[in-house]
Amino acid sequence: MQSDIDKKIGHPTDQIEERWLRRIHQVSGVGLFAFLALHIINIWLVGFGPEPFNTLAIFYRHPAARILHVFLFFGVLFHAVNGLRLIILDFWPGLWRFRRGSVWAAAVIFLLAFVPSALLILMDGFLPS
Amino acid sequence: MIGEKVVRQAAARHERQGGLFELYAWFFMRVSGLILLVTAVFHLMYMHFVIPGGVSGIDQALIISRWNDPVSGLFWRTFDLLLLIFGLSHGSNGIRDLLNDYVRNESRRIMAVTLLAITYFALMAIGIVIIFSGNAPASPP
Repeated sequence: MQSDIDKKIGHPTDQIEERWLRRIHQVSGVGLFAFLALHIINIWLVGFGPEPFNTLAIFYRHPAARILHVFLFFGVLFHAVNGLRLIILDFWPGLWRFRRGSVWAAAVIFLLAFVPSALLILMDGFLPS
Repeated sequence: MIGEKVVRQAAARHERQGGLFELYAWFFMRVSGLILLVTAVFHLMYMHFVIPGGVSGIDQALIISRWNDPVSGLFWRTFDLLLLIFGLSHGSNGIRDLLNDYVRNESRRIMAVTLLAITYFALMAIGIVIIFSGNAPASPP
């Protein structure tokens, strides 16, 4: 969905590829914020002795939670790579002629970081060590 | 679809609140983004792939001992504090941007941003408290 305000006021991200990146950036940002809130609260539990923290940690260790870890890596790495792309384009408008190319460069860099990480996490969770 | 009136209201709001605060917020997102690009990605990779046993190797005792290590304890506390301050501020400001752009009803928007601000300060408070006070013994003697 594109907000009506985007359509009317206009936004520098006009290409369809960039609109997709913008959408994923927004969704992953919301996801990361939700995880960060959970993360701060679970670290806060450290102050209440070993019991509460270690009980919650069982959920983090469950093999099924590996899927959520992969989502986390997706969010962080996507946000990092696309965020860097946006920063570069914001500060060097001279590079705007490479906007479309920057989308594919970001996609390749993201995949190079994400795919091995995801495989490591999944192997750690699902293969006998 | 929304009419010109709503768009003008949104534009006026951007203009009104737009002054220096929005400029600083825009700049802060870039600076904190670059800081998090290094610190948050390092933190994620380190906690998953460097710590013995990965995430499964983390328990309460490990976090306490990491913060209280005579050599690296101060470093990790400072590092975690930077992550907390920049990560939470960057994230909250991102959510604030989304609320400002997508919540059309003005009173709901104000309510949502207020709730976000309360959440921000509450999470920042408990985060700072635990980073500075996390010196309880790992297991009671």
